[in-house]
Amino acid sequence: MASICFYFQVHQPFRVKDYRVFDIGKDSEYFNDDSDRSINNKKILNKVAGKCYLPANAVMLELLNKHPEFKISFSFSGVFLDQLQEFNPETLESFKKLIDTGRVEVLEETYYHSLSFLYSPEEFRRQVKMHRDKIEELFGVTPTVFRNTELIYNNALAHEVEKMGYKGIIAEGADHVLGWKSPNFLYRPQGAQNLKLLLKNYRLSDDIAFRFSSKEWADFPLTAPKFAQWASQVNGNGHVINLFMDYETFGEHQWEDTGIFNFLRHLPEEIYKHPDNDFITPSEAIARYEPVSELDVHNYMSWADVERDLSAWLSNPMQHDAIQSIYKLEEDVLATNDDKLISDWRKLQTSDHFYYMCTKWFNDGDVHKYFNPYNTPYEAFIAYMNALQDLRLRIVGHPMHAKKIKVKELS
Amino acid sequence: MRVLMFGWEFPPHNSGGLGTACFGLTRALSSRKIDVLFILPKKVGVSADFMSILFADTRKVKFLEIETPLKPYVTSEGYIYERDKIISDIYGNTLMQEVRRYALRARDIAKKEHFDVIHAHDWLSFLAGVEAKKISGKPLILHMHATEFDRTGGQGVNQDVYKIERESMQYADGIIAVSNFTKQKIVEHYGIPEHKIEVVHNGIDECDYANIPDKLSDLKKAGQKIVLYAGRITIQKGPEYFIRAAKRVLDVNPNVLFLVAGSGDMERQMMLEAASLGISDHVVFVGFLRGDDLNAVYRAADLFVMPSVSEPFGITPLESIIAGAPVLISKQSGVSEVLTHALKTDFWDTEDMANKILGVVSHRSLWQTLWGNSREEVRKVTWDAASRKCIDYYEKVICESGATSETRYI
Repeated sequence: MASICFYFQVHQPFRVKDYRVFDIGKDSEYFNDDSDRSINNKKILNKVAGKCYLPANAVMLELLNKHPEFKISFSFSGVFLDQLQEFNPETLESFKKLIDTGRVEVLEETYYHSLSFLYSPEEFRRQVKMHRDKIEELFGVTPTVFRNTELIYNNALAHEVEKMGYKGIIAEGADHVLGWKSPNFLYRPQGAQNLKLLLKNYRLSDDIAFRFSSKEWADFPLTAPKFAQWASQVNGNGHVINLFMDYETFGEHQWEDTGIFNFLRHLPEEIYKHPDNDFITPSEAIARYEPVSELDVHNYMSWADVERDLSAWLSNPMQHDAIQSIYKLEEDVLATNDDKLISDWRKLQTSDHFYYMCTKWFNDGDVHKYFNPYNTPYEAFIAYMNALQDLRLRIVGHPMHAKKIKVKELS
Repeated sequence: MRVLMFGWEFPPHNSGGLGTACFGLTRALSSRKIDVLFILPKKVGVSADFMSILFADTRKVKFLEIETPLKPYVTSEGYIYERDKIISDIYGNTLMQEVRRYALRARDIAKKEHFDVIHAHDWLSFLAGVEAKKISGKPLILHMHATEFDRTGGQGVNQDVYKIERESMQYADGIIAVSNFTKQKIVEHYGIPEHKIEVVHNGIDECDYANIPDKLSDLKKAGQKIVLYAGRITIQKGPEYFIRAAKRVLDVNPNVLFLVAGSGDMERQMMLEAASLGISDHVVFVGFLRGDDLNAVYRAADLFVMPSVSEPFGITPLESIIAGAPVLISKQSGVSEVLTHALKTDFWDTEDMANKILGVVSHRSLWQTLWGNSREEVRKVTWDAASRKCIDYYEKVICESGATSETRYI
């Protein structure tokens, strides 16, 4: 038996506009660019909705209707859902329709698609709770499987997530962690009691997500029968094939004219041609299979770049400076009790901001450039730090802040 | 292969980037076993002693000097003034006559010497190149380090100079442009077809910047941040945008010192501008610097700014990075094509310029990342890389000219 487990990441950050030093103290709207640049969040969201979310959702609904056993799962960041509510409710409705079929699982993550686990476990727990509430409110379902931002994972995270009551967690099937082991089984995180770990089969996932339209690839063109055949080879050799990827693969990274939607449309019927194959969701996989062994992941891994580590967000001095600066404000910003202020602070925690500051141009340079809406990582950093300085002024100028200082002085 | 090369200035008697470029390129060519015969006008000549010291080991580059009173450099207004003064024939001995005299002498040299290809640098030597081609029948390559449009900022283009540039380029077998930026200008303003132009970016040799003295450490100790302008103070280089950006920076952070290193016809105007903006105490005009003095200010600077209006290449940012300061450069420059790790701005956008300057002086982490990465990047921008492209281009042009092994020099 080989089960295909599809999980699609759906996320859009609130990108910081070209916020200049002269705006500090005068303008507290950091995310409202309205130019033609790709830092215009509304424009980007609507563009991607038109190219990907709406057409891909239509195909998914078609497949769910056609194949009664077809299943998929999504992980939505809270900031993505916020933007759907604000800019494109139609797309939100189309996602709701999918989830209403009962065969689409929703995973848990941090509301702000943040790196909070690395800097503040308390803030991490708060953001997970916020996400849970949002998913329940919008979709009426409660997630039981967790996926951390960019599949960042280690043993400590697994322990925390288990404590929070989740049954499973998702991570990258990185070679340097797996060695000879296969990603097509479930594992138990080292030191965990009941939590189960699902690992991305990055070869098969990337065949779709990255290589699908690559003419230099020996297996080009990728067809549904060909892919189904590769998947069948796992039979007798694994339980699940975890195909984890950005949802934007469909129509945005791989444009419609590459044939990606047709591929998707025909994949289930090809998979079903082999009687032993089916589709499952992460929580079903967890219910159905036991872990084959323990997996020890001491250092952080992720699904980014060839290194599969944290270097996409945290490798140069600017990135460290920026992220430390934002978490340094935690105590003071929370003390203000000011919703708008706290929400802005959290929007600035989204991992994408630090990704845009990455200067690791080498092997993944093209990918980084493709995903970077700023002209250079340096401009991303300058805009971010300027906005952060304004945020700092707002905190210091807040009546609650003055009160807090006084209380401190008295004690 | 032997190259007959025409230039007009050479270190240490150079007043700008062209001499440095000729020096870097010829040295790299000679180390790749290309025989270069370099022709210079007398007044800007370099002593034979200096040459033999530099090239004693290889002797691949030989120098011949011609007696002409050619003035090597170009400052926008001053240049136009001097050029027109001479061209107007008031003093009899005109620049244009000298350019022609240089060309006539070039004919004699071309008659006597054996070579495979002619390579001429910028318009003053173009007619010499043209004459050498007429006499020898050897292919001619013209190297555009700057166009008349760059030198004048597009204002008051001299028609005679323009004509020499255009007609020589039409006559030549190939053209080397120092950037895509310059190539575009040549296509747009001179009507030369794209396929006739090869882009060879300039380079820099790190060995020339070893042991930079720490001269301005006292200035640094005062805790002020230093932002540097280094270049001729002329319309082409955009000094007024630097002064205006300085004003905006100082509005936010008064603890910044702006150094202006260089001289030129707009120097007085810039001093007055700084005074009228009320920032004279934060803008220091240090005059024209070269060698170790220039390297020392690069090194002391927290950021080097090149706000050029039109910069065909611009070697100073590379020097600055090697010496120790990251750079903010205008997008209207050739060097921005080879530097990813630089802050970039439109020369006229002084708000953006000030925003970026403040970013660097306020955040050490930005300085570290920017300088560290640019330092790595500049290691790849070498004269050796430029010379390899040049040699390939020589071969292509020589081959297309129908040269055979019998007619080749070696």
